[in-house]
Amino acid sequence: MAFINTVRTRYQTEIEAIKAGGLFKEERYIHSPQWSEIEVEFPVGSQTKKCINICANNYLGLSSHPDVIAAAHAGLDSRGYGMSSVRFICGTQDIHRELENRLTEFLGTEDTLLFPSCMDANAGFFEACLNEQDVMIADRLVHASIVDGMRLCRAMQDTYKHSDMGHLEEKLQEHMDKRSRMIITDGVFSMDGDIAKLDEIVELAEKYDAMVFLDDSHASGFIGRTGRGTQEHCGVLGKIDVITTTLGKALGGASGGCVSGRRELVEMCRQRARPFLFSNSVAPVIVAGALKVMELITATTDRRDKLEWNAKYWRGLLKGAGFDIKEGESPIVPVMLYDAKLAQDFARDLYSEGVYAVGFFFPVVPKGQARIRTQLSAAHEKHHLDFAIEAFKKVGEKHGVLGLGKKELLARVGA
Amino acid sequence: MDDITKAVHDYVVREYLEEGDEREVTETTPLISGGIVDSFSMVSLKRFLEKKYQVQIPDADATPDAFDTVQRIVALVHRFQKPATVGA
Repeated sequence: MAFINTVRTRYQTEIEAIKAGGLFKEERYIHSPQWSEIEVEFPVGSQTKKCINICANNYLGLSSHPDVIAAAHAGLDSRGYGMSSVRFICGTQDIHRELENRLTEFLGTEDTLLFPSCMDANAGFFEACLNEQDVMIADRLVHASIVDGMRLCRAMQDTYKHSDMGHLEEKLQEHMDKRSRMIITDGVFSMDGDIAKLDEIVELAEKYDAMVFLDDSHASGFIGRTGRGTQEHCGVLGKIDVITTTLGKALGGASGGCVSGRRELVEMCRQRARPFLFSNSVAPVIVAGALKVMELITATTDRRDKLEWNAKYWRGLLKGAGFDIKEGESPIVPVMLYDAKLAQDFARDLYSEGVYAVGFFFPVVPKGQARIRTQLSAAHEKHHLDFAIEAFKKVGEKHGVLGLGKKELLARVGA
Repeated sequence: MDDITKAVHDYVVREYLEEGDEREVTETTPLISGGIVDSFSMVSLKRFLEKKYQVQIPDADATPDAFDTVQRIVALVHRFQKPATVGA
């Protein structure tokens, strides 16, 4: 056995350092389906507790929708449980391709390829499509999976200040000697909930002959009038070269992701993207559920409309109560507290009041930018939000943060 | 502040501080451990140094620690700068 005591001690020391740094993450066991009301065991071993869930990516409330569950059951019966193969050996069923076609149609692109997750799509795309003759220019707040994907690629890396179009233009000018330039952005930024200036990005891409890569994981299904995502919201449908997105959030919330875009880029991924080549695809049961999700979200916009209403209502409640929130239009509403310890204490107290939300702090967000990230869902009813705001007000009052702006909050924690 | 220090300092402020960010950057302000520059964005700083000062900084030496303050960055440039040729 090679796991000798000194090795074990080394890892134990590292884990203790993570705990000492206040960065230790603990799971909370949920004893119910994912929904706006959940039953939680926390800490582990304690009695379960019913809570309002205000931190899931279940934007459209489809994670436990009866029609999706029924379709998944039917898929399980007709196509089985697993594929026991990667796609290009014997792991592709007719329904995998059917789902890819539905996503292509929905996103208004040329072709789509499913990946085990959007993390995998982002990890595999760049290496498959770019090389040392090219440059990748990413917004500094893109998702960690994009950062990892860029690190695996030999193309030159560069970044621009978050949503700063002047800085992006400087970078494009700087890299005109490269064969290809690719601008890389999230559609909705997951920590701040703000929306990329995709119309301006497309304009710059046209001016400087660059491709545009968009991760629309926090937008697909609900941002834009018919839920087509950030490209619809910004009026640039069909102008994005590559879109990666997930089935793990609004689109049923199970797992899976995709690369969708220009035919040749998708084909390059089919031929070369390692997470696609060397891993099983999305399980048949999830594909069957996702096909039902696509049917539901194209039949009506009721769910995204309700989500929009909920987000506006919740933002109004928080502002009315005197919280410092990040302004925006998305259903991601960060309640700013700035201090990491305060964010953790706040989340713990919310839990005691029956509201499940999580504190985010460095390194997930920049230092001094700690927050509670709240996320709305079409599964929330008005009474859920009315209940949640009472808990927020009570906890906010306890910690003396109501009515304070950024400067006062920072001064309060001595920053 | 000598010329190199000033150039590096100005680049850091221009390249990494967002508009409205009032944090003061001195020669000893921790840039990476202080959260001003993340390791993902550090590559543009390395490229700036290599281009402006005609140096090649090996990846093994371009560590977050070596890039953590303006002072250390300047030391790194000096370390890899070739001595000036006589008459040049």
